Amino acid sequence: MAAHGAAAAVHDEQHHSSTGVDNTKMAMWAFLGSECLFFGSLISTYLLYRNRVLDGPRPHEIYDIPYTSVSSFVLLMSSLTMVLALAAIQRRDMRGCRIWLLATAMLGMIFIGGQIYEFTTFVEEGLKLSTSTFGSSFFVMTGFHGAHVTVGIFMLLALFGMSMFGRLDDADGPRKVELIGLYWHFVDIVWIVIFTVVYLVPTN
Amino acid sequence: MRIPNRVRNRTPLALAVAAAAFLGSACAEQAPQDVLAPEGWYAEKADDLWNLVFPIAVVIFFIVQALLIYALVRFRHRPGREAQQFHGNTKLEVVLTAIPALILAGIAVPTVRTVFELTNEPTENVLNVTVKAHRFWWEYQYPDLGLVTANELHIPTGQPVRVRLEGIPTDRVDSTAQVIHAFWVPRLAGKQDVVPGRVNYITLEADEPGIYAGQCTEFCGLGHAEMRLRVIAHDPEAFDEWARDLAEPASAPTDSLAREGERLFNEGQFPNGPPCVACHAVDATYEAGNEPQQAGPNLADFANRDTFAAAIFENTEENLAPWLRDPNAVKEGARMPALGLSEDQIRALIAYLQTLE
Amino acid sequence: MASAAVPRRGMFARPTAKTGVWGWVTTVDHKKIGIMYGVTAFVFFILGGLEALAIRTQLAAPNQETLSADVYNQFFTMHGLTMIFLVVMPMGTALMNYFIPLMIGARDVAFPRLNALSYWVFLFGGLFLYSSFFLGGAPDGGWFGYAPLSTELPGPGMTFYAVGLQILGVASIAGAVNFIVTIINMRAPGMTFMRLPVFIWMTLVTSFLLLFALPVIAVALFQLMFDRVYEANFFNPAAGGDPLLWQHLFWLFGHPEVYIMILPAMGIVSDILPTFARKPIFGYAAIVFAGIAIGFMGWGVWAHHMFTSGLGPVANSAFALSTMFIAVPTGIKIFNWLGTLWGGDIRFTTPLLFAVGFVAMFVIGGLSGVTHSIVPHDAQQHDTYYVVAHFHYVLFGGAIFGIFAGLYYWWPKVFGRLLSEGLGKLHFWLMIIGFNLAFGPMHIYGLQGMPRRIYTYPDGMGWNFWNLVSTIGAFAIALSVLVFLGNVIVSRRRGEIAGADPWDGRTLEWSIPSPPPEYNFAEIPIVKRRDDWWYTKYTETPEGVPTPVHTGGVDVDDEDEDPGRHIHLPDPSYFPIVAAAGLPVTGYGVIYENPVLIAAGLVVTLLGLFGWVLEPSAEEGH
Repeated sequence: MAAHGAAAAVHDEQHHSSTGVDNTKMAMWAFLGSECLFFGSLISTYLLYRNRVLDGPRPHEIYDIPYTSVSSFVLLMSSLTMVLALAAIQRRDMRGCRIWLLATAMLGMIFIGGQIYEFTTFVEEGLKLSTSTFGSSFFVMTGFHGAHVTVGIFMLLALFGMSMFGRLDDADGPRKVELIGLYWHFVDIVWIVIFTVVYLVPTN
Repeated sequence: MRIPNRVRNRTPLALAVAAAAFLGSACAEQAPQDVLAPEGWYAEKADDLWNLVFPIAVVIFFIVQALLIYALVRFRHRPGREAQQFHGNTKLEVVLTAIPALILAGIAVPTVRTVFELTNEPTENVLNVTVKAHRFWWEYQYPDLGLVTANELHIPTGQPVRVRLEGIPTDRVDSTAQVIHAFWVPRLAGKQDVVPGRVNYITLEADEPGIYAGQCTEFCGLGHAEMRLRVIAHDPEAFDEWARDLAEPASAPTDSLAREGERLFNEGQFPNGPPCVACHAVDATYEAGNEPQQAGPNLADFANRDTFAAAIFENTEENLAPWLRDPNAVKEGARMPALGLSEDQIRALIAYLQTLE
Repeated sequence: MASAAVPRRGMFARPTAKTGVWGWVTTVDHKKIGIMYGVTAFVFFILGGLEALAIRTQLAAPNQETLSADVYNQFFTMHGLTMIFLVVMPMGTALMNYFIPLMIGARDVAFPRLNALSYWVFLFGGLFLYSSFFLGGAPDGGWFGYAPLSTELPGPGMTFYAVGLQILGVASIAGAVNFIVTIINMRAPGMTFMRLPVFIWMTLVTSFLLLFALPVIAVALFQLMFDRVYEANFFNPAAGGDPLLWQHLFWLFGHPEVYIMILPAMGIVSDILPTFARKPIFGYAAIVFAGIAIGFMGWGVWAHHMFTSGLGPVANSAFALSTMFIAVPTGIKIFNWLGTLWGGDIRFTTPLLFAVGFVAMFVIGGLSGVTHSIVPHDAQQHDTYYVVAHFHYVLFGGAIFGIFAGLYYWWPKVFGRLLSEGLGKLHFWLMIIGFNLAFGPMHIYGLQGMPRRIYTYPDGMGWNFWNLVSTIGAFAIALSVLVFLGNVIVSRRRGEIAGADPWDGRTLEWSIPSPPPEYNFAEIPIVKRRDDWWYTKYTETPEGVPTPVHTGGVDVDDEDEDPGRHIHLPDPSYFPIVAAAGLPVTGYGVIYENPVLIAAGLVVTLLGLFGWVLEPSAEEGH
């Protein structure tokens, strides 16, 4: 008994954090800082190349702003459902958390579906990865964003599954949901930047 | 660590000898690409900055290394020695931070001034040259004169030559992307990159007639080490004469071997490639708006060139024969194919090339 | 040492091996991981060194045909890639891995399994890169891979470059996140930031540099890969692609990268000099802030690698100024190292020799670096052997000497035995002489107009003699490395037993046994001041003379037979190596344009990650 108590004390001591911020949360913030540079470089490349179109369609000849606005709205709503999922688990409403996690994942899937549709339409309309520097930089930038959203969807579904097996029931559950939430919100913010800079800002 | 007396006594002498050898060799006579022996205005301006900064660096080097060695000797462990437990000295630290900053500021001013001076476009009496860099040779066009040549760049002395480094986007041999090269003639000027899709400029001005060696200084693939060049500076009259000579077409060969060579050049049926004329022109003239597009160097006045294959071989029959037999065997990465020429054909072509003047 | 009842659930049962091969394969212990990093990096050091010897053999005289241009281009490319990504960075990581927890008073890093993943990804990435020699040709476009050459070079070599560096980047970013969280969040009570050893500070700055610089080159490498494999146009001039985009992205990474390589070595030297001078580091705050300043300013100098690309006089002048001024914080460090030796009681051990060698050689490299900032003269120096001289003085004379200093210094802590001082000193002298013979003359023949990256040179250029001297120097370096290896072998059995504190050190790692027990500290220390370990051993008389404290110097041979029996450490895990294994599989899929392989690799990594997340927790990470 005493040994267990000592072990518990050591256990707590090991989880003491010098700043009070949880290790995994700090790690996620650091990683997201890194991702800012990643997307920043992709977006900068796009900005350099979007008007160099020697072949194929130019940006605003091919963008469908209303369509992309709808899919952007969908992604934005998914951040709302993510917030609701975290709020739910923080008040120990496991069922609510599961519903909102699933909703977030599904909204994400709708967004990805929309991206896939947009990409295939562009290809049909003559804009491919190999068409021009605009084509290359557009597809790589938005493609990586889509890949990040997809990874996020996997993680949301994993959380959903973990919850089904009771693995989010302990005191640590909210931390895990918050962690994925941070990632998801970041991916959403990147999209807001891309949507504004790429689609909304007019090019010559 | 006890240093024996004999070592201690002879060390300064040894160091002095080494330093002299080190610095002395820097003034080697046989160094055609020596940066420290400029012979043109632009290289001289850069050298002026070096002559300011290098001695400062040497002095700082000696001071710091001397302090280091002194500290190691003076404060080495001896029985009874106690280390002084100080943590710092703010005033000293501030001063030692300020001094380098001031020295750097002192260096910065002439540096920036020279940067702008060297980028200014010359306005008086300028000769324009366009350089296009290929794998692995140099093309020179004189837009004012309507002339094109390769690898050996002729310029007049005493006149600024505005060199336009035009990065062609695609390779003329296989239409893949052209790569970055850099044009460098150390004794005349610093280097600049030739970037596909972009235009850069340098200005050359030679003080004296002579031959100035250079080479490509941006890694460009297999042939990079063998993409050299020469700048040949003439007195202005001699330059004009060279230009006139280049513009004049070569007289038709009279010798039968050379005539056979001319025939092969223009119509030869070779096992591994088209006749030479498919890639090489022998007429140096061109009209504005109709710049040459041949995949290989222009061969007008070839017989008058000291070197060939981007200034790596002396222009002799002993070197031309293996080249014509198999360019890649003597210059790794050369884009000219081994045409499968017979020995007779090689001799005829060489005879023809020797009539191009 | 046995963990409390860990639930075992079928295939997710965690392994328990702590010895043998399996013990190493599944380890999550930062000390074992540090050793693996060190050994692997050393093997790559030998490979990179052999490449250098081949290069120097080829260049010993003009017009040689030892290596063809094709082979030479692969060798100089791989020499650069190896030394930077497979030697200096991982050697630094090895020492950071082993010693960060020990120096801050922690039991392990924040994420032990992520730490293991970093190592396996590094190993697999290095093997992947080297497999290219056998699979169609190694990368041959230079370590800097300038486009469009890098997009155009035929064969798989430059695709191995693009993919291999991506894989290695994953390892480094994971490591950076790990070390940042560890240093910020897992310090022992009382270990405030301003009490941290300088090495820890430098590691923190380095980790932030990695975090922000690697994504930029990742983007460049992806773009290169898409151009090569999927016909994108990022660097295709005919489609409007700009070769300078590659250069900007590459050097935005590349310049912070050189600080990533040098700061840990500067940190090592900053902890070694005080130990062997027996006095505190001179100007602790200034050295720390100079390191931070270098980290920040390092982002503002990148285009000094592009002075001849045609950026224009305004940009060139701006970068000339920023490059000159980054010499200021560097100078602060050098003066503070001198100040540390000044007034000391200096003992000439091998670690001290290498640390002093670092200072002496780094000054030379730093000075030649300042001459590069003189833009019009850089137009003469750029792409010549003068530049090769500069960076070898800072990276070999600097980083490598710093690393050897750290190896000799910390070897007794890691292995319990000291390396031979006699052989160590022989190593040092042979190496510093060989090094200066090899690289000193490069200043000369660089200024005599010898460009870089040329597989041969003609006679009559004035370069023959000093090139031969360089080659002799290179072989002398090789000999010195053999001496080091001999030292390692000889000292395994016959090295003097070190004890906990063979150097009378100042920092916490010397307060625990050598080698440290798995749990590092029986009790997490309470830190009262900087150099706390020193001050538990010594107090100062009013005259400032250190005198031993009578009850100081904790006897680390505890009466308690197993002081760590209450300490729970994370169990080993299979999943880091599994997750890592998927990456080269995907990599080969890209090389061979095989979607099945690409998918298979991703699946393996995904399975590894799922297992990782789902395996029974063992007080790991949270």
